Amino acid sequence: MLALDELLDDLSFGAVLIVLLKVVIVFVVGLVATMLMVWFERKVIAGMQNRIGPNKAGPWGILQTLADGIKLFFKEDLIPDRSDRFVFKLAPYLAFVPAFLVWSVIPLGGDFSGGKDGHVVLFDHVTRLQLADPAIGVLLLLALSSIAVYGIMLAGWASGSKYPLLGSVRASAQMVSYEAALGLSLAAVIMVSGTLSTSGIVAYQSSLSKWHIAGTAFVPFAIFLIAATAELNRPPFDLVEAEQELVGGFNTEYSSIRFALFFLAEFMNTVTMSGVIVTLFFGGPQPLKIGGNDNILSVLGPFSGTVWFLLKLLVFLYIYVWFRATLPRLRYDQLMNLGWKVMIPVALGWFMLLALLRVGGDRGWTRLHKTTVGVVALAVLAVAGALLSLAVNVGSRNRDREGATF
Amino acid sequence: MGYLEGFLVTLKQHRLFGGKRVTTSYSGGRVAKKVSDPEGRDDKITKPERMHGRHVLNRYDDGMEKCIGCELCAGVCPAKCIYVRGADNDPQDPTSPGERYGFVYEINYLRCIHCDLCVEACPTEAITESKLFEFSFTNRRDAVYTKAELVVGDDGRPQRLPWEDWRPGEYQQTSGWMRATSPGGDADFVGHVGWSSELGYGVRPPEESAP
Repeated sequence: MLALDELLDDLSFGAVLIVLLKVVIVFVVGLVATMLMVWFERKVIAGMQNRIGPNKAGPWGILQTLADGIKLFFKEDLIPDRSDRFVFKLAPYLAFVPAFLVWSVIPLGGDFSGGKDGHVVLFDHVTRLQLADPAIGVLLLLALSSIAVYGIMLAGWASGSKYPLLGSVRASAQMVSYEAALGLSLAAVIMVSGTLSTSGIVAYQSSLSKWHIAGTAFVPFAIFLIAATAELNRPPFDLVEAEQELVGGFNTEYSSIRFALFFLAEFMNTVTMSGVIVTLFFGGPQPLKIGGNDNILSVLGPFSGTVWFLLKLLVFLYIYVWFRATLPRLRYDQLMNLGWKVMIPVALGWFMLLALLRVGGDRGWTRLHKTTVGVVALAVLAVAGALLSLAVNVGSRNRDREGATF
Repeated sequence: MGYLEGFLVTLKQHRLFGGKRVTTSYSGGRVAKKVSDPEGRDDKITKPERMHGRHVLNRYDDGMEKCIGCELCAGVCPAKCIYVRGADNDPQDPTSPGERYGFVYEINYLRCIHCDLCVEACPTEAITESKLFEFSFTNRRDAVYTKAELVVGDDGRPQRLPWEDWRPGEYQQTSGWMRATSPGGDADFVGHVGWSSELGYGVRPPEESAP
């Protein structure tokens, strides 16, 4: 009963119906959001490259993705002779299903204004605008994003072909190394808000200064954003499908609907990961206080939270496209260096610093105490960082001397 | 700003933030259906004077075919897309003014690269290129244009095949070849027309000389 909707505590027909409705809505919204995301990305990146982008299918080309999807449905489905047939067929679903499941724990709306806990009244039932609210919500997020690696890894491995295999080897190495930084920056958020449940984390961020981007002093957010981009295999971390080097990467041998599933999963992951960032660092459906007004969208009733959530989500979707339009792809060694030698140490150091201040808070330190301890801790971190970078430099110089390529 | 400068560069290119678009959108589709073309086709832009499109086989003013079946076009074709067989004219009812005429004349448009070398090789200006390039056939047999399809009609205009996208006025553009009267710059040849008349058009005027 870990993740069941609290409506189902007393089984009634109406409650079951509402839960089913929520399932359908989350499913449809997920699909439509992905469709629009593909269109949005193509349109925005075209704008940044002085082009027009899709403009023929539907108004402003908004149905372009639908047309592409329908086309892919009717394409021939090829399975290579040397592939492992079962795993080859399984892999797209392993990539696709976790992407969908993440939606279920993200609070897509709800009334959080003025410190409320997010419950809204729908059809005379008190409920959350969230499919499931397990006590371990954030852990579930991490688990699902790890499972998604299997989809990509097995796809490349089961193809029985060189380049997909290389792509999937890169994918697994990249995702495993960035998962650590992702988890460590997430730990800071969990520690500050004191709960693993996603709705709890949102409820904690009841004012702008309590939003975790401010509450954890920006660094975990920056690390999370970079690590999430790497987890998503989006540019500039898209080595997995580096066209110039690996043909199409792990999905080279895929065609038809199986390819469409990978494509869909990738963009859905982008949307969900933006949703996760909004939830964790920007207060999810929390309204933004503007000029003493608690919630300027309160006319929308129970759905004002949803609109706030979507507005924040849109900002991050734009940022992801912006990344893609701006940054060139990292080399493999640069990727690994950034992950292991910069992001993990910084995330770990920052986590320890926050933990220290938290301990101080629990023991009732005065502001002077906290400042002193903080400054000392920062100095220690700086010295440790300097030592680390010294070690890294010595290492790279030695490798140069031995004639290694990187 | 170092690393972050690039972000500003790309952002400024976006139209929301004052960027410009360098491409134009197609004019067809739903908007065109409402405004100009009932079939919703894209507008065409005016084509350059010497554009190379699909070929036509020209005829003289009196209706005789210009082609004499010499196969020079087939010989010069770098894509080997032209197939010609000549035959002797029937003295009573000649097809061309010369001794022989083009009996079989085929161009495979799946191979043709529109280089215009055949037009340059032709001694009688029998083959020229129109400006039409919008033709999409659905099988390979249609891609091979036979002599019956290439030769101009009795009004001197190219024949319209079902899969070709002709618009009003484009029938005039039968010939895209160069009509300079003194390409070498020799004053003796300026204004001297060195080409024969065409069915339906007569002797075409020279291109205006470059300033």
